[in-house]
Amino acid sequence: MTVQFGNPDRPNSYIGKTVPRPNAGRLVEGRGKYVDDINLPRMVHVAFVRSPFAHAKILGIDAKEARLVKGVLRIFTGADLAEVCTPWVAVLAHLKGLKSPPEHPMALDRSCWVGEPVVAVVATSRAAAEDGAALVEVDYDPLPVVADMMTALDASTPVLHPEIGDNLAFQRLHEEGDVDSIFAIAHKVVSARFKTGRHTGVTLEPRSILVDWNPAEGQMTAYHATQAPHMMQTVLAKHLDVPESRVRVICGDVGGSYGIKVHVYPDEVATAAISKIMARPVKFIADRLESFTTDIHARDHEIEAKIAVDANGKILAFDVDDWTAIGAYSVYPRTSAIEGNQVVNLCGGPYDFANYRAKTTVVFQNKTPTCQYRAVGHPIAVAVTEGLVDMAAAALGLDPVEIRRRNMYADDGYPITSPAKMRFEGLSHHQSMDKLVELMDYDALRRDQAEARARGVHRGIGIASFIELTNPSPFMYGIGGARISAQDGCTVRMDPDGSIVALSGVTEQGQGTEAMLSQIVAEGVGVLPSNVRVITGDTQVTPYGGGTWASRGAGIGGEAALRSARALRDSILEVAAAMLQADQASLDIRDGHIVDAESGAGRMPLEELGRIVYFRGDTLPEGLPRELVQTRHYITSEYPFAFTNGVQASYLEVDVETGIVKLLKHWCVEDCGRIINPQLVDEQIRGGIVQGLGGALFEEIHYDDEGQLLNGSMADYLVPMAGEMPDMVVGHVETPTKESMLGAKGAGEAGTAGAPAAVMNAINDALRPLGAQVTQMPFTPERILRALGAIED
Amino acid sequence: MTKVFADRIDIDLMVNGEPVEARVPAGQHVIDFLRQELGLTGAHASCEHGVCGTCTVRVDGASVRGCLMLAAQLDGADVWTIEGLSDSEAIRDLQEAFIARNALQCGFCTPGMLVAAEELLAQGGVPERAAIREHLSGNYCRCTGYEAIVDAVETVARQRAGQVQA
Ligand code: FES
Ligand code: FES
Repeated sequence: MTVQFGNPDRPNSYIGKTVPRPNAGRLVEGRGKYVDDINLPRMVHVAFVRSPFAHAKILGIDAKEARLVKGVLRIFTGADLAEVCTPWVAVLAHLKGLKSPPEHPMALDRSCWVGEPVVAVVATSRAAAEDGAALVEVDYDPLPVVADMMTALDASTPVLHPEIGDNLAFQRLHEEGDVDSIFAIAHKVVSARFKTGRHTGVTLEPRSILVDWNPAEGQMTAYHATQAPHMMQTVLAKHLDVPESRVRVICGDVGGSYGIKVHVYPDEVATAAISKIMARPVKFIADRLESFTTDIHARDHEIEAKIAVDANGKILAFDVDDWTAIGAYSVYPRTSAIEGNQVVNLCGGPYDFANYRAKTTVVFQNKTPTCQYRAVGHPIAVAVTEGLVDMAAAALGLDPVEIRRRNMYADDGYPITSPAKMRFEGLSHHQSMDKLVELMDYDALRRDQAEARARGVHRGIGIASFIELTNPSPFMYGIGGARISAQDGCTVRMDPDGSIVALSGVTEQGQGTEAMLSQIVAEGVGVLPSNVRVITGDTQVTPYGGGTWASRGAGIGGEAALRSARALRDSILEVAAAMLQADQASLDIRDGHIVDAESGAGRMPLEELGRIVYFRGDTLPEGLPRELVQTRHYITSEYPFAFTNGVQASYLEVDVETGIVKLLKHWCVEDCGRIINPQLVDEQIRGGIVQGLGGALFEEIHYDDEGQLLNGSMADYLVPMAGEMPDMVVGHVETPTKESMLGAKGAGEAGTAGAPAAVMNAINDALRPLGAQVTQMPFTPERILRALGAIED
Repeated sequence: MTKVFADRIDIDLMVNGEPVEARVPAGQHVIDFLRQELGLTGAHASCEHGVCGTCTVRVDGASVRGCLMLAAQLDGADVWTIEGLSDSEAIRDLQEAFIARNALQCGFCTPGMLVAAEELLAQGGVPERAAIREHLSGNYCRCTGYEAIVDAVETVARQRAGQVQA
């Protein structure tokens, strides 16, 4: 029996409804339990001495003074930890040629970026550990620094890791069709150079870990703010020589992650290594400067790209040359080549064209490592694609909506394989665009823009279509050799009181995973969502799974939950049929009661069934299966990824005197397949949009030529504040994936994927009559004034 | 360690309506005192720089950044944290509006956001959305994109002004 999603009046119809989040009540009362809220007996704190140089030899370490600080217990160097912790190498077999040297939890004889941990000071309080760290003297001999991306491969540039030969981490060229001849004969060719700013996630909860190695039990317990507890279990076990079965990772409340907390960080592994040495709980909470210098960075790209169109605006070809610099090491275990690889996979995504060349060049440099951050590669690919499409439209005198309509894949033409060899099961570009145009009242907005312009006010409308990769299969990491599960599981059980417990391998990071799972299980079994308790984030308790990344929670974790819930329903009904001497097919479960499926008449509450099964099993027929617990796992298999699509629009005003951009309004129409909880999806979209707007307007990590990070505080690195953000209109088209019963695809990253491009196009729409154009993010007042020629030098 | 950090100061104050006596290091910030000494972990530390507002608590009726004020300055003060404001039901309507509107995701900013929002609401009237946004601009949220928070605060302002049913 399948779920009749089409019928909103079906019994137990919780999938598709806004139901409250079970964890919200606790969080609004300050009753959350984040890692830093946990204190264990005999717990100590670690603070790190970090490299002040981007590249330096470590000649000596003098910790005499530090040892004298009251409360300081132990001081560790990289060599000390290397004795208990093996290094890691972040490569994946399917990213051919990717190379990166071994990385240790702390630098051994050389530091490679500002912020790399060099010495660990352990004390009875965080304050004492910090005081001690301040007194450690490290003797450095600065080495030549590789800071610039575009010259990293020049012969005159020093090689950062001589043992791997050069500064090239990875390169990939993808070519389809006859790109050069098309560009030679095309009616119009438009080219541009784009830059996206190196930025970072700025989770309000800094990275946090508390590791408790208990040698008497032979068990390591890590309380960790992480998106992927099982992956961390594997990593800690492997590198600290503990059997995997003896590492337990517990992930309670997490104060924002956005991709930042899915990676292996040297200082976190160091914390675990120290716990293993000291045999007591060790806590590490990053401070804000440490967050800026050591949380992964992302989006540091420079792209030269061009588009070829015919006289009707039909796209003939894209040619994209992407460069990215990833810092000193590829990040373990997902690697730092994925972002560039995604740019190659995703450029031109919404459009039906034949000739495609894209190349990414990924280089090392002496900066903080970069890796996957919300919407990995998408904001870059969408900015390049949509920027070029708008420029082509302007060159041809076409409306931006019209040129897209002429090129987007037809909604009824799926499945399709794109020139980048991405396979799309079913998308809705045209429907989404129609809905967007209607929601924003495009024509009225154009009139408003024209009126404003007549008054000397420069407003712009920017459109950005996009595709988004969600529900990844093992094609993302598993085939490359990483022990990162693409499969996820859910165990659902009924307790004697008729309540349901669901244990899931996906994790809650605030996006509403537990609410989403409770609705699915409630509908799948036939109980109220409030009667489902969801447990996530404990490797010793939940089925093995991948956790939360690449927008997989609802599509993968949700499907596992639905299947296990349906299986439990069958188990319950089998027992009920025996108890009621009825045909199982004639019974149903609704709102926690066994009912007659036909009439809906109540036959027995689930508590009664629970009482009999758990306490009076003697009254049931011998041999009747009575396991009121079921587990199902789910993995996608027909498509490597479930692509979603959508389109965003930005309306904004540029003050041409000051260069300041005022966001007036933002729209997003998005197709994430089956929507499980409309409110949660909308708020994921809004939150994602605002992170994208941050990247478009404010967020940029600055380094000087010596690799010094210049803006390592929240006062200097700007993120969106309430006052400058617009209201956002969110609309949906639903094209469920046919791969699963649930039909859900991911929704968490689409907002971030499209927002920067929409803003860029809107600014350029506003500036076009003035002959100015910006392509370097973030679009600061200075860059806009430079584009306008108001500042030179 | 410098002398000043070694020094300890006695303070006598009210926290969430209960008397507290403590001897605090001279350099300890209010947020660390509340979290580490009193176990009031509702307010959080994030930027420790006075920028993000996650550490916001109420001291003598005003929203204060717990990472900028020293615990030693609390002698004689009346402090309310999210725990006390919850227990006393003082902001129940606001908390319910946050839940109903999903004005929180990870919840890390939420305790500080609620204290800051209540400060605005306590001024009475129904502020414009722009005024709500302006007032909350010292409280960062990386998850929600702010709109749901503004909606929730606006709803409560209307409810309290009797414009809509609670
Ligand atoms: S922690 Fe106090 S304002 Fe950020
Ligand atoms: S809800 Fe996560 S920072 Fe606001």
